[in-house]
Amino acid sequence: MSATTHIPTEARERPPILVAGPIAWARDNLFNSWLSTAVTLALIYLIVRGIAGFLDWGVLHAVWTVPADAKGQLDPTACRDAKGIGACWAFIGDKWRFILFGRYPYDDQWRPAICVVLFIGLFVVSAMRRFWRKELGYIWLGTLVVIGILMWGGILGMPFVQQDSWGGLPMTLILATFGLALAFPLAVLVALGRRSTGLPAVRYLCVAYVELIRGVPLISVLFMASVMFPLFMPVGLNPDKLLRAQLGIILFGAAYLAEVIRGGLQALPKGQYEAADALGLTYWQKMGQIILPQALRLVIPPMVNTFIGSFKDTSLVLIIGIFDLLTTGKVALAEPIWQGYSTEVYIVLAVIYFIFCYAMSRYSRGLETEFSRTARR
Amino acid sequence: MSQAALQPDTQPAIVLDKVNKWFGALHVLRDVTLTVGQGERVVVCGPSGSGKSTMIRCINRLESHQEGRIVVDGTELTDDLRALDTIRREVGMVFQSFNLFPHLTILENCTLAPIWVRKMPKAEAEELAMDYLKRVKIPEQAKKYPGQLSGGQQQRVAIARALCMRPKIMLFDEPTSALDPEMIKEVLDVMIELAESGMTMVCVTHEMGFARQVADRVVFMDRGEIVEAGKPIEMFENPQTDRLKLFLSQILRGH
Repeated sequence: MSATTHIPTEARERPPILVAGPIAWARDNLFNSWLSTAVTLALIYLIVRGIAGFLDWGVLHAVWTVPADAKGQLDPTACRDAKGIGACWAFIGDKWRFILFGRYPYDDQWRPAICVVLFIGLFVVSAMRRFWRKELGYIWLGTLVVIGILMWGGILGMPFVQQDSWGGLPMTLILATFGLALAFPLAVLVALGRRSTGLPAVRYLCVAYVELIRGVPLISVLFMASVMFPLFMPVGLNPDKLLRAQLGIILFGAAYLAEVIRGGLQALPKGQYEAADALGLTYWQKMGQIILPQALRLVIPPMVNTFIGSFKDTSLVLIIGIFDLLTTGKVALAEPIWQGYSTEVYIVLAVIYFIFCYAMSRYSRGLETEFSRTARR
Repeated sequence: MSQAALQPDTQPAIVLDKVNKWFGALHVLRDVTLTVGQGERVVVCGPSGSGKSTMIRCINRLESHQEGRIVVDGTELTDDLRALDTIRREVGMVFQSFNLFPHLTILENCTLAPIWVRKMPKAEAEELAMDYLKRVKIPEQAKKYPGQLSGGQQQRVAIARALCMRPKIMLFDEPTSALDPEMIKEVLDVMIELAESGMTMVCVTHEMGFARQVADRVVFMDRGEIVEAGKPIEMFENPQTDRLKLFLSQILRGH
């Protein structure tokens, strides 16, 4: 470069504030013409009004507690009076344990509470790559056994609790965790089966399974599992309702997941299969070491999409009378003194669902960036 | 056909006997008959679509043939999976597009097959892999991923990966065709060194300089059949068929 002008170092490193930075961004994107300025201002007005309205209802005019009479009976008059103006959080304060744990015996609700913590711990551990090894399988097995013992009890001085009494968040987590943990390996097998050229019978079976399941809504699968299935089984040989619903969720999730994984298998270049063959790897070695690790990485975003969908779909067990988180919320509403406060319950339920789904989504984005850093072609 | 390199008491490394193959209605290999002796270096050339890649891919059954016999190292290629495993263990292959495993490091690319197929302990496999990475002159890249290497480096890793299985036979399917010109030499140098070490090699390539330098025999294919075969000098100086003359003139014009 000739004719250098002496610009101070600081100024060169940092562009002027009107060229880059939030002010420049806003000018370029929000106020670059009269029309966009008008739209921006209108939207700002709506957003501010919306937030203000929510704060007004949810915080300023909200009823946080209601007085109880001598017998401990709550008096919801304050909530009645505030209806339409302020939220009745007193309702949530009264019923939150029922919403979270359902009809599980009140004094033993520390047990499902620990189970929820264990589930979350299990997810966190599984999410960390440094634990991705064989021992993780044992950790899962051990944790699930402990969860089973805690939920059922009957030993170690814990009273036995029938499965009909389980409910709330632990139930949702049980349905989703078992559903996805078992649907995933099944989906891998179905995806591989659907692409197998050597065994046409296996391929047709996998195609039939996927098409059949995809052709019906989850609700009908659950109905069949809960109502029709017992009709076909001999008396006495009838797995319980939860297990049947769980099976329905697994079979349903696996069909969708299998199609996602198949997409990943198809996206891999043929050369990867050939190189593995030429080295003399067996079919399972080839799939386990070369093909699946790459194919699954390719489909992380759609796979997590399916995971999130299945997690929320577990709430459909409501219609066959299993007490998951959504059901307990609805049943809490049925209590005479708390009728009519559905908005409050659904906000709480939505927040709980959102926390889990958003965590999944963030995690998958993290994985994607990590993989794209290491394995660039 | 010249069989100078073949010692009388050893079986040939590869025998193709009247091999025929069709892709649908397209007849891609017509009565291909070829014997490769132990330690022999054969270069296969021919215009694109002549079936040369298909032939080499039949030798380790990436493609299956429909008629004729293929015997590799005394084992006949059939539908028997055990025979196929035996052959693939003894035959290494290098592809035009490298086909390294992008999710594994260079070292892991090289140790994977020895560990899983040969059941070699990991430490031993890594030592072996480092030996071969030194031979192809890139031991310092062992911890990197394929995507971080140049094409020439990737192809040399691919050669090392195949050699880590200690194969008796090496197949090369246009190993330099996907490379930028300045990288071709580094790969050919490695291949020449390998040829001088006595490895049995079948190379599909258009590198006539390479053929002249190392090939015991050049095989010219066109439209699915072997048209002419012989020592490189005879073939290039004194082509017998019009098809080879035409091919050579096209190749030379291109250079």
